[in-house]
Amino acid sequence: MLLRAGDVGVLLAGGGLVVGLSVFAWGGQHGDTAVIRAAGQVVKTTSLTHAQSFSVDGPLGTTHIEIEPGRARVSADPSARQLCVKQGWLTRSGQAALCLPNQVSLEIRGRTSAYDTLGY
Amino acid sequence: MTRSAIELPVSADDRRIARLAALAIGLTLAEAAIPSPVPGVKPGLANIVILLVLLQYGWRAAAWVSALRVLGGGLLLGSLFAPGFWLSTAGALASLAVLALARHLPSRYFGPVSLSVVAAFGHIGGQLALAGWWLLPSAAVITLLPVFAAAALIFGAVNGVIVARLLAGPASSGRQSASCIPPSTP
Repeated sequence: MLLRAGDVGVLLAGGGLVVGLSVFAWGGQHGDTAVIRAAGQVVKTTSLTHAQSFSVDGPLGTTHIEIEPGRARVSADPSARQLCVKQGWLTRSGQAALCLPNQVSLEIRGRTSAYDTLGY
Repeated sequence: MTRSAIELPVSADDRRIARLAALAIGLTLAEAAIPSPVPGVKPGLANIVILLVLLQYGWRAAAWVSALRVLGGGLLLGSLFAPGFWLSTAGALASLAVLALARHLPSRYFGPVSLSVVAAFGHIGGQLALAGWWLLPSAAVITLLPVFAAAALIFGAVNGVIVARLLAGPASSGRQSASCIPPSTP
């Protein structure tokens, strides 16, 4: 007999563990607030309820941030590698786009923050 | 020519462990050639040998075979003392620790499949614990956790079924394993 009674239990428990881990690792909360920082100082905190756009000035030029219901992104940035622009839309609590050369960051926050603080 | 003053007596057990370890190392090498989308997700074929040894010759022999497999595999793959080697060691140790407990489960209800699955989870758990603590202390490991767990579940179950088949019918399991794993004396 290949499978015994307990084996089925172990397999089910393993399946449960996989599902639990998936929810734990991938089921991040949707954020409802966007925090925009320039040179470490918060310049704008706004909710992700309606479409709006911001322009933030940094040492290299102007970073454009676009907000839509439920999501936000850096739409344009003067940095050379465009890393924060390429990150695209941010939706989950705890996600952040950092435009380091221009010292601008966009962070999404939820009702409960995933992290107390993040140091980069 | 002077004869060596040190004589190491080799018992039948030693030879058997060496033979089984060679088999496990062979499977490790074969497995290293299989491409994998995520580093670390492997079938763990050598665990089939470890489980067979555990069930037929006990935990001590399984620990020996496992240690020799990690060491021999590291030597032959050129990863001895590299990060991958330590991950492998951590996985093997955790897996053996879990098996030391799980083998006392009543065998009426818990067969090789159970042992294989918990060993696979132990393996991946040990590796990820070391990776998370030492190599990637960040959220990256957590993001990949479900992938590794799912792989452990699937490959653990498949390997367990293979072990159960091999134990159920040594005659039908082929020459190789029949000669390497003779029927046990209880």
